[in-house]
Amino acid sequence: MNIRRVFAMAYKETLQIWRDPRSLAIALLMPLMQMTLLGYGVSLDIKHVPVCVYDQENNQQTRGIVERLVSSGWFSISRTLTRQTGIRRAMDRGECIAAIVIPANFSRELAATGSAPVQAILDATDVNTTNIAIGYLQGVVAQINAALDAQWAEAHGVKGSLAGQVELAQSTWFNETLDSRNFIIPGVVAVILALVGAQLTSLTIAREWERGTMEQLISTPVTALEVMLGKLVPYFAVGLIDAVFCLASAAWWFRVPFRGNIITLFVTTALFILVVLDIGYLISVRIRSQLGASQVALLITLLPTTLLSGYTFPIDQMPAPIRALTLIVYPRYYVTILRAIFLKGSGLADLWAPSLGLLAYAVIVIWLAARAFQKRLD
Amino acid sequence: MNATGPAVVAEGLTKRFRSFTAVDHLDLRIEKGEIAGFIGPNGAGKSTTIRMLCGLLRPSEGRALVAGFDVGQQPEAVREHIGYMSQKFSLYGDLTVRENLRFFGGIYRVARGEMGERTRFAITMAGLQEREDALVRTLAGGWKQRLALGCAILHRPPILFLDEPTSGVEPEARRRFWDLIHELAAGGVTILVSTHYMDEAEYCNRIALIDRGRLVALGTPGQLRSRHLGGELFEIRCTPLGAALHVLQGAAGVIDAAIFGDRLHVVLGPGGLDQAGLPGFLQEHGVSVQAVRTVTPSLEDVFVRLVSTHHGGQDSS
Repeated sequence: MNIRRVFAMAYKETLQIWRDPRSLAIALLMPLMQMTLLGYGVSLDIKHVPVCVYDQENNQQTRGIVERLVSSGWFSISRTLTRQTGIRRAMDRGECIAAIVIPANFSRELAATGSAPVQAILDATDVNTTNIAIGYLQGVVAQINAALDAQWAEAHGVKGSLAGQVELAQSTWFNETLDSRNFIIPGVVAVILALVGAQLTSLTIAREWERGTMEQLISTPVTALEVMLGKLVPYFAVGLIDAVFCLASAAWWFRVPFRGNIITLFVTTALFILVVLDIGYLISVRIRSQLGASQVALLITLLPTTLLSGYTFPIDQMPAPIRALTLIVYPRYYVTILRAIFLKGSGLADLWAPSLGLLAYAVIVIWLAARAFQKRLD
Repeated sequence: MNATGPAVVAEGLTKRFRSFTAVDHLDLRIEKGEIAGFIGPNGAGKSTTIRMLCGLLRPSEGRALVAGFDVGQQPEAVREHIGYMSQKFSLYGDLTVRENLRFFGGIYRVARGEMGERTRFAITMAGLQEREDALVRTLAGGWKQRLALGCAILHRPPILFLDEPTSGVEPEARRRFWDLIHELAAGGVTILVSTHYMDEAEYCNRIALIDRGRLVALGTPGQLRSRHLGGELFEIRCTPLGAALHVLQGAAGVIDAAIFGDRLHVVLGPGGLDQAGLPGFLQEHGVSVQAVRTVTPSLEDVFVRLVSTHHGGQDSS
């Protein structure tokens, strides 16, 4: 390998990127747009779950229960029903995810026995949302119970708490506010860099073929490795700028707590960008049309990255064969690394396993791409 | 590059694309310092041959040595010793003249101390003094062509392959381009150039006539003229042309007869008709003859004749 030729390639490629300001603007702005879109669009927190209420009793006490639901901020009343059959219809139309049925004898039973049932009917089509809604409902019910206890105690002149109550003391680490955004956003950064990075380089070889410049280039003594390294240099810079944009907006705009150190972040991010650029380059070498290369790059990065990187769907929960498959989904390593750096403040020493995964990936893909580049027309 | 051997040798060089044979057992030998012309119609296999010699296509059969290196086995060594100008313009249109030169200078590892001088040389040669900072895509055809030549010779290659360098360029620029080729050859560079312009064949030291993937003739323009016509060429002004052509084609001693503009070109071999007998013979057949004179055959005459016999031979076999 000759460094002079690598420089010459990098020089030429940089000029070409610079002379195409529209593509450059897209390369730099696209990640920010996607960051906004995915950052806001993908959230596992559910607010204002639409709820129908069928309050058969409809007195001050039962209305108080409904009010508590609303004031929790998790639910909003989409419809008040007067018939049981209305529930089914409302759910079919998607007007509510849950229906709350308060029986006609609720107040009487509560007064008589000290407890009374409230029915919650849930649309479990979307299991994830349903589970979260159940959790919220239980929370609201607990609040109501506590209020009732307090009322009862006050009414009967009992001071202090009831004896023998057992409480579960929960302690949450790393994402103390249990805000799913803190968990999702680092994943979003990984997904965006994987998509954009592969797009950046997927066109670079195909463009030389389409413009006819490849024939001149391969008639020179330049080697496959020199072509690749030279072409990667300017795109590496673009990729790093994209990474800075994404990571900065994660930390400052989306306010994901950043507890790690910058060096660890830089080293692992640089490694990841090298991998994604090289994947795009490998595609470019194999597919000689720009359109084809760009589409293949999108196809092979989008689905595995969004589904199997663990950025929304936890890898631990996947069936064993799929879990094994995720080992080749390179963004999963970076998702793990980013979450650890952001939320736990992990250093390189803690992250050796996923970092090694990325490094192995980089070496293998560089080797494949260098081999795939043939300096021949046939 | 060995000091004494020929610049280019091909033995049985063949290229097949599936069932189509683009180049068919081509034998070739080009000495150092020659301007060798590949002449032939479009699709004759000229480009395919040049691409094989540059190591861009792998020969299906046979072998070729360029600067002493085997094109199939040591393509990188070949590339170190050649300059190549492809048929389609293939510099970077979105780079300026100077940037293209700097890029190829880097790729060819032109010594840093020499870069300035080589760049100036290429710019002067291409006549681009005022346009060093113009984007290449904005240049007219002739300038692009000369710049491509400039890029191909930055590293002073001993052998230069030019694939139809003058196609699509106006005559003035074509003539200028051939002047450059002769200057380079005078400096000791071996040049292999293809063209489908017959008049350009005259500028070459030696000509390889290629048709349908085969080498039909190889020699200096003079050799081809005298050897391959098989006789002497006469120009006849007479009327009617059609009738004259008809009787001459069947006559003894006539090797070839063809209408050439408003005259007839006739090749007469030994035995049968001669120059003196021609007017009488034609008048016997009701053709009035105004003049008969010998002409020096153009290479086009030779090519038309060679290609037609070549096809005839192929069709009958």
